[in-house]
Amino acid sequence: MTAPAERRIIFKHIDEEGYSNDIACYQKHGGYEVLKKSVAQKPEELRDEVKKSGIRGRGGAGFPCGLKWSFVDRKSGKPIYLVVNADESEPGTFKDRYIIHQDPHQLIEGTIISCFANDVKQAYIYIRGEFPEGARILEEAIQEARDAGFVGKNICGTDYSCDIFVHRGAGAYICGEETGLIESLEGKRANPRIKPPYFPAVLGLYQCPTIVNNVETLCHVKHILDMGADAFLKIGSPNNTGTRIFCVSGQVQKPGYYEYACGEITMGQLLNDVCGGPLPGRTFKAVIPGGSSAKILRFGEKFTIKNKDGTTKEWAVEDIPLDFDSLAAAGTMGGSGGVIVMDDSVNMVEALANINAFYAHESCGQCTPCREGSLWMKKISTRMVHGEAREEDGELIKNVADQIAGRTICAFGEACSWPTQSFVAKFGDEFKTYKDDKNSKPSDSLELV
Amino acid sequence: MNFKPETLTRIDEVITHYPDLRSGTLPLLHLIQEDVGHISDESIEWIAEKLELEPINVLEVVTFYPMFRRKPIGRRHIKVCRTLPCALAGGYRTCGKFESEFNTRLGEVSLDGEVTVEFVECLASCGTAPVVLIDEVLHENVDEAKAKTISDQIKAEATKGA
Ligand SMILES: Cc1cc2nc3c(=O)[nH]c(=O)nc-3n(C[C@H](O)[C@H](O)[C@H](O)COP(=O)(O)O)c2cc1C
Ligand code: SF4
Ligand code: FES
Repeated sequence: MTAPAERRIIFKHIDEEGYSNDIACYQKHGGYEVLKKSVAQKPEELRDEVKKSGIRGRGGAGFPCGLKWSFVDRKSGKPIYLVVNADESEPGTFKDRYIIHQDPHQLIEGTIISCFANDVKQAYIYIRGEFPEGARILEEAIQEARDAGFVGKNICGTDYSCDIFVHRGAGAYICGEETGLIESLEGKRANPRIKPPYFPAVLGLYQCPTIVNNVETLCHVKHILDMGADAFLKIGSPNNTGTRIFCVSGQVQKPGYYEYACGEITMGQLLNDVCGGPLPGRTFKAVIPGGSSAKILRFGEKFTIKNKDGTTKEWAVEDIPLDFDSLAAAGTMGGSGGVIVMDDSVNMVEALANINAFYAHESCGQCTPCREGSLWMKKISTRMVHGEAREEDGELIKNVADQIAGRTICAFGEACSWPTQSFVAKFGDEFKTYKDDKNSKPSDSLELV
Repeated sequence: MNFKPETLTRIDEVITHYPDLRSGTLPLLHLIQEDVGHISDESIEWIAEKLELEPINVLEVVTFYPMFRRKPIGRRHIKVCRTLPCALAGGYRTCGKFESEFNTRLGEVSLDGEVTVEFVECLASCGTAPVVLIDEVLHENVDEAKAKTISDQIKAEATKGA
């Protein structure tokens, strides 16, 4: 089985010879034409088109963008804000980086169109602190767009005005969570807010209606309005429309970013045909399909999937089409598109210990189950790796995870529990025998924690 | 406080980006840390006064975000990514190499004042793991050999500067 060809829409110009990130190059390639066309339309027409396209958010949750926009309180009399989530902090995810660095005007055009469609007069791009160069590039690009009349006062000569400012984070993962992000933008600790009542669409930034969208989602908006919803609906499958960028990392021959229509390619095609398969002499052992918080898949496991007509089919990991619904049917998620691959050289206890250290470091500390639980999961898994593993540790650590998910203010509670729950469910034996396994490992094997 | 004139100009400009002064907290902390190198008690008080806040409102932000620091660091800041995709590509070895090259320990300033080596979480460049952010420049595919080359460069620049 060979893989279909890549379908680059968002990443069309990434790594293209001679393509630069200035406005002249962008306009030479048709840039800002969709904005010009859009400001001549009615905002609600644009919103309808986005809704019809079925585009689902690319930040992690896969929530339909048009539906999210429809929740915005347009009667409050307060200003409506749009915030671009450029925090890109979910481990394994590295797509927004390339848009920001190499094609910033694509994001700016998508953002301003989305602002116009939602009567927004002020937008912020919240970019993670570790992208200092990205922040500078965006600021320069916004200034170029301002000078050309695409951002700021009287956009494209109309009476519509909207500005964009860049706001830098400072190294905290939880700023990727939309309400934590809003708190951070208000100048506070990024402690997520409780929903209800703090749904951003009603009570967001400065207690005003606020839209938070991922970088890639907003780029899609531009292309939807360019080609029209009907054409967009033909890419991918119903409920899984458009293309997705898969960020492949870990133990494969050719890690990197690949853009395909949703569901057009299977996990097996992506990892074997596109990414060149496992490293020499190794075999694939496990893959995390949607950023480090997505539940892990074990090569060799089988999934029984219900067809629409009531019959069933069986999938191996390699057979799973990469779209939101198929990955959900396999008990995990498409998440942020970050695909992390592990081969047979990796011990799962050690991989989990690495992940648990991440979540323990990043919990904001507001909810007791998350603050304490993420630390205990780290403590236990680190203790195991450092020579004091007990047979019952897998069960113990899973028990901690089971008491976090569903009992917290924000979805970080799930994000930090799912790795432990799924690793122990699928590799329970390795947790039981870890002590002996460790003693038989070559001394030069990789350290993961 | 003795901030550079351009820092003060940028502070006055950035405050205009927000309808609420408090939103200036992170931008001001970044600008001042870039100017002075770290965030002192005096800087915290200065920011609080500028933004009409209490010093604790600023301090609690400083202590929440890993990028803000209360103490000076080495001349160069080496941040090695620790998270799974980088670790799977040998990130811990890369980090160890930097530590041994500069004879220092994680989070400390090396004895010659040259560098501070730190582990950080995923830098969103996992496809070119292991990655290292040195000051504001990302270095990709940094295995032990490349870490040695980079270390040598840093040392050579230090001797030149001295
Ligand atoms: C712990 C946590 C971390 C998150 N990190 C990010 C992130 O780095 N980037 C992002 O776009 N969304 C992130 N999200 C999702 C956002 O909360 C939000 O759903 C998203 O930005 C909405 O954009 P979309 O609808 O365009 O996907 C995170 C969510 C959680 C719970
Ligand atoms: S779940 Fe964790 S990260 Fe989210 S608000 Fe609670 S303590 Fe903070
Ligand atoms: S894990 Fe190192 S850049 Fe993502």
